[in-house]
Amino acid sequence: MRIPILKLHNYLLISIQIDLDDQTAIQFQEDLLNKIHKSGATGVVIDLTSVDIIDSFIAKVLGDVVSMSDLMGARVVLTGIQPAVAMTLIDLGIHLQNVTTALDLEQGLIKLRQELEA
Amino acid sequence: MDFKPCVNIRKEWDIVGARQLGREQAKEVGFGTVDQARIATAISELARNIYLYAGKGKICFEVINEFDHKGLKISAIDQGPGIRDLNQVMQDGYSTSGGLGAGLPGVKRLMDHFEITTEVDEGTQIHTIKWLR
Repeated sequence: MRIPILKLHNYLLISIQIDLDDQTAIQFQEDLLNKIHKSGATGVVIDLTSVDIIDSFIAKVLGDVVSMSDLMGARVVLTGIQPAVAMTLIDLGIHLQNVTTALDLEQGLIKLRQELEA
Repeated sequence: MDFKPCVNIRKEWDIVGARQLGREQAKEVGFGTVDQARIATAISELARNIYLYAGKGKICFEVINEFDHKGLKISAIDQGPGIRDLNQVMQDGYSTSGGLGAGLPGVKRLMDHFEITTEVDEGTQIHTIKWLR
């Protein structure tokens, strides 16, 4: 399964709406980096509103994709992390400290614009 | 004790299957969304460990109905290589697979009860329980 990546001006928008298995997560990582490379996008929003579980593997993939995109010159914001997911991540000991987050897609886009214009 | 279904873990997709079944069970027992997420996440970590380190094994579910409390017991059983240094594995941040090393200590925090028995070259059994409050 492939996760669709939408381009909007110089942003890429992704909404993850499936229960992520490891393979799909790895594939997504690769697809996103290729898309950044091809499109020259400077900002990325990954919306996790419909994701009801993030385990340590998925968290690592997400954290890595943020760092990888950063290396390529694109900022990533994760949005819409559910309360139950946030609580579970902290229980797991995963803090995703270097990752920018926002409440929802709209806030995420505002944050991206601020960071990119700063 | 109620029925005791198990999910075989043989391929990567079984990790998703196990946690989805676990979430359904948790919902049936009456857990709220946060505990459902905790249980599903714990199952995901346990199933991935089986897949990564033992190759195959199973995750079993058991609804515990005692006179004063109810809970869901999750067991992860494999006949894999076992764990040589249990203390090391239970430390945060320790990983031999390039992961975050959040696995087993994380599961222990997500659940209420956690016990592990392991024998080198024999396999590993982990039993965890989440109590309904």
